Amino acid sequence: MKPYIRPMPATWWLKRSPYLLFMIRELTSVFVAAYVVIFLVMIRRLNEGQAAYEAFLESLKSPLAIGFHMVALAFAVFHTVTWFHLTPKAMAVRIGEERVKPALIIAPNYAAWAVISAIVAWFILG
Amino acid sequence: MANSTSEGTMRLEVFRYSPEKDEEPHFQTYEVPFRKDWVVLDALNHIKDQSDGTLSFRWSCRMGVCGSCGVMVNGVPKLGCSAFLRDYYPNPIRIEPLSHFPVLRDLVFQLDSFLDKLKSVQPWIVRRDGEKPVSEGEYLQTPAQHARFKDFSMCINCMLCFAACPVVGMEPHFLGPATIALAQRYNLDSRDQGRDQRQETVASHDGIWQCTFIGECSAVCPKHVDPAGAIQQAKLESTIDWFKEVLWPFGGRKS
Amino acid sequence: MAKSNEPIWWSLFSAGGVVAALLVPVHIVLFGIAWPLGMVPADALEFSRMQALLAHPLTRLYCFVLISLPLFHWAHRFRFTLVDLGLHGAAMLIAVLCYGAAIAGTIVAALTLWG
Repeated sequence: MKPYIRPMPATWWLKRSPYLLFMIRELTSVFVAAYVVIFLVMIRRLNEGQAAYEAFLESLKSPLAIGFHMVALAFAVFHTVTWFHLTPKAMAVRIGEERVKPALIIAPNYAAWAVISAIVAWFILG
Repeated sequence: MANSTSEGTMRLEVFRYSPEKDEEPHFQTYEVPFRKDWVVLDALNHIKDQSDGTLSFRWSCRMGVCGSCGVMVNGVPKLGCSAFLRDYYPNPIRIEPLSHFPVLRDLVFQLDSFLDKLKSVQPWIVRRDGEKPVSEGEYLQTPAQHARFKDFSMCINCMLCFAACPVVGMEPHFLGPATIALAQRYNLDSRDQGRDQRQETVASHDGIWQCTFIGECSAVCPKHVDPAGAIQQAKLESTIDWFKEVLWPFGGRKS
Repeated sequence: MAKSNEPIWWSLFSAGGVVAALLVPVHIVLFGIAWPLGMVPADALEFSRMQALLAHPLTRLYCFVLISLPLFHWAHRFRFTLVDLGLHGAAMLIAVLCYGAAIAGTIVAALTLWG
């Protein structure tokens, strides 16, 4: 008896679109982390004084910076959407025998996202 | 059966491996009649009956309840009895044994690891308080209590979820989707008191914590068990337990 | 097999995922796209205004949460992604480097905000 073991390639995630989407979903965390590091740098520049802070703001206007933020935004929104759709899976909410429809759990997340974003924008823009 | 004889043919590329003569597997191409109501299993049985009696594959009920005929169809785990040729016609289809298991012969694979993992989570009612004597009657359960674990009890052990899960492929000791769904089936059963015992296995690193919620297990499950949901729920419950143990180390735990 | 201590990292990952999902997009839009492209008034991010905002203790706490938790979210997710990409052998080292980086970032954030 000689069972044949099929090797698993490191490129398994390129073989089917659900796997590729999964990998992209996981890589959103890299852009999220990169952004919060940039945010931390901004606060450090703020602490260093007006000249340092304004130089930082100027650098945000460069095409490279704007390009990065647009790519980061795409990944961040992909994280948000996939997160909202996945979190209900971790909770089996039932009323009696009936399972609460996932949409009823997902929709309030989007509503909260809109409201919180509006509040943050209001604080920052004044 | 009076079927149209002008429906054409379909090509199947089937994984072949004979341990007594092959070092490596190869693919063998067969032409089978295309029938609108045929499934992959019909095509395989046609091959075995009409052209190549050496082709080996498992099957039984041919109606999606026994879990025997799982195969990879164009790289996607499916029950051979539930994958219709018409969904692929006129393109050729590639049939392989379920991924992530050692191949014994052709489409027949070794499933010992699956069975061992199932056993490791003690998939039976565990009573700490002891069994009720028959004279006291049966354990009563409301429909709502039954609903909590019913989906997780529908598993037919077809192993499509194991074939769909990359972590099963990369981490040989990972318990796997069906296993954890089965553990949850008992943990959530109101008659069971064995959750603490099962947690030693389920909440270990090779249990729920290897899962990265790819979700393909639930996508391919033919009985809508939703093992991915079972695993995420187990992660949340185990995390709550962990915090309770850390913050109230001397608190008594109930199942 | 014994029960794992993964829950501590998974909790941080989950909390970070919520913070990232709800807060990161609007910050990227405001600071990284809208302001640089002139879609909001230029003086919205004016130095003395921002300094005053940051002086408030709740703003500092908000900033700390916004920076630290998504770093732990990244650390947990990236650690498993590297293993999924084939680096099983170095699993322990990867975990130490990832959570270590998140801890370091958290410390820098704390020092920046309250140091």
